[in-house]
Amino acid sequence: MSSNSVAVGKEGNLPSYLIDEGKRKGILAWILSTDHKRIGILYMIALLSFFAVGVTLGFLIRLELLTPQGTIVNPQAYNEFFTLHGVIMIFIVVVPAIPSIFGNFFLPIMLGAKDVAFPRLNLLTWYLYVIGSIMILLSIVLPGGAADTGWTFYIPYSVRTGTNMIFTLTAVFVLGFSSILTGVNFLTTIHRLRAPGMGWFKMPLFAWSLYATGWIQVLATPIVGITLLLVIIERVFGVGLFDPTLGGDPILFQHMFWMYSHPAVYIIIVPAMGVISEIIPVFSRRTIFGYKFIAFSSIGIAVFGSLVWAHHMFAVGMSNNAEFVFSLLTFLVAIPSAIKVFNWTATLYKGSIELEPPMLYALAFIFLFSIGGLTGIIQGALNVDIYLTDTYFIVGHIHYVVFGGTGIGIFAALHYWLPKMFGRMYNKKVAKVAFWIIFVGFNILYFPFLILGWLGMPRRSYHYLPRFQIYHVIATVGSWILVLGLIIMFFNLLKSIRSGKVITDKNVWGGESLEWHTQTPPIAENFVDIPVVNDAPYEYKQNDEEILEKEEVL
Amino acid sequence: MSAENHAVVHVHRDDIATKMGMWLFLFSELLLFGGLFLMYSVYRYTHQHDFHIAAEGMNIFLGTANTIILLTSSLTMALAITAMQKGKKILSLSLQIITFLFGLAFLINKFFEWSAEFREGNYPGSPILTAKPAGQVLYYGLYYTMVGLHGVHVIVGMTVIAFMIRFTIKGIITKDNYVKLEAAGLYWHLVDIIWIFLFPLFYLIT
Repeated sequence: MSSNSVAVGKEGNLPSYLIDEGKRKGILAWILSTDHKRIGILYMIALLSFFAVGVTLGFLIRLELLTPQGTIVNPQAYNEFFTLHGVIMIFIVVVPAIPSIFGNFFLPIMLGAKDVAFPRLNLLTWYLYVIGSIMILLSIVLPGGAADTGWTFYIPYSVRTGTNMIFTLTAVFVLGFSSILTGVNFLTTIHRLRAPGMGWFKMPLFAWSLYATGWIQVLATPIVGITLLLVIIERVFGVGLFDPTLGGDPILFQHMFWMYSHPAVYIIIVPAMGVISEIIPVFSRRTIFGYKFIAFSSIGIAVFGSLVWAHHMFAVGMSNNAEFVFSLLTFLVAIPSAIKVFNWTATLYKGSIELEPPMLYALAFIFLFSIGGLTGIIQGALNVDIYLTDTYFIVGHIHYVVFGGTGIGIFAALHYWLPKMFGRMYNKKVAKVAFWIIFVGFNILYFPFLILGWLGMPRRSYHYLPRFQIYHVIATVGSWILVLGLIIMFFNLLKSIRSGKVITDKNVWGGESLEWHTQTPPIAENFVDIPVVNDAPYEYKQNDEEILEKEEVL
Repeated sequence: MSAENHAVVHVHRDDIATKMGMWLFLFSELLLFGGLFLMYSVYRYTHQHDFHIAAEGMNIFLGTANTIILLTSSLTMALAITAMQKGKKILSLSLQIITFLFGLAFLINKFFEWSAEFREGNYPGSPILTAKPAGQVLYYGLYYTMVGLHGVHVIVGMTVIAFMIRFTIKGIITKDNYVKLEAAGLYWHLVDIIWIFLFPLFYLIT
């Protein structure tokens, strides 16, 4: 996709999407806009605000665990804190984050389209998202209090607790609906709106990752939808489908919950892998190694990831045969993820690596995700998992995957694409300092979790034995460092949006995909003329050499 | 994908995309019910005899009548689309209204059927039902949940058809632009096909 082969048209200096052009002005021009870029920004504002809430809750949980007995809150509040932290971080932040912010903003541009297939539906998903999120907030302030069951809503807690479960469950249902519609929209967009000449294997890998994610969103989310609906029905009508006294089976809830929630792990991680697949080749100036393998491994993850749900339940007493099969499938699902990691590493080999902030985050992703992935393999082994079930090991693992993977992936995407979105550059030096503080704080916070789990510290526990305290203190100190890094990072980014150095260059990082051939910031419908794509993506080496030759001639 | 397919991008109308989006949404609807069918199969497997006995309490006459009503309504929906394709607006409009009325008839039938069950004490939490064996409690639990959720879908489908009737009257749906009607038809057929599975699973297993 070299610049000279793409007919992008002569945008010149047309007004960017940030300037109101329609009938409406001010805030209405944003919250009623069907422009995919504006919807992306709307998602970003809402989502990062909730991220701040989630971080605050996590910070308070760590503070509470500084001492073996109660420190700052009572046990009930502690239960509500870790439930809200999980619900907000999983369903409001990491599941929608990358598709809704960066997918919305960049997928149509990367495909050479003017918008997504269903722009109004796209806006509807944002409203559903906001309604769902506000319902979670309401569950905190209304009498009864926030849900205290943990984010997994296990039966019978979720039926018997007196807290505002129905609010929380309905909220997650609405958020799931938003996620399904986003998936429908993106799948149709990728099928129908690719620019002329852009065959399936000329798509950027970020689009491939959103394609795989879209299928999981469409096919897995309704299962959790119906499961949570059943819990609501159970609470309201007492039908008994999960109640053992009426013949129901509570374990069935766990099966149905994980049938979605395991694939949801891949809704969370696959788009982040797509972001990393974009960043690595740009900053090592090399063609991505094994394009088709990375593309198909996303699909492979989507397929295998749907068949491993019961590995969350090795301790509940399934048949040995079922456990054996699920353990085997769990090992197999590691293969497509490993393919990606090896391909990224191979791309770096002999590349001209530039350690710009997005690249630092991308490299951190590979490191942290590898720890997260490998600790996952440990728990996939049946006998080891019996020992590790419901310990801090699983908490460490989920944070290494979800925060170390997707969280860091979001930060990488922010540093990579924010200059394009707003036409202003952040302070790179501050960004690098913030990166190192986050990276160090992250490991000080979460690595002790793995040790604690290995020593037998149970998760979700308010009290703990004094011999665990040293690790808890280290982790809590790590949380302070991490939060400091996050504050510096977000301050730097926000400042850049308001008053950063203005950039007019179309291509700040020297990327090859189509978004780097549009005006900065992009114009209302992205392209004046729909581009024609002739080359495969990521032809860095070849194009850089061509540029060098031209310069020599001049 | 050929260049012709992309020509539609510029005019902001893509009928194939609309239908593709609808199909994807229907996949997710199928999986929504899939969770319930999964529960049904698990409990049917563990309580075969109780399911057999409980199903004998169903009103098979009303069930069959509803099956005929819903199948015929799918036919009238398909005919409404064909009529629109051929430019017969009035015929299409009347067929849409008939489809809507069939949906209504289905719900009225359901109302009488459920009222009778409630009078017999076969509702969740009633002392009569709770005293029965676990398998029968589960059967009725599944019956009300699955048929109830299907009923919600009938109502949604009727709402969609009501909008289609409005669009047809206002001339938004025409001979050359009937993709909305087609998408509504797809949804209505989904409602139909789910009932085709619910009917034997609850009424015909005696």
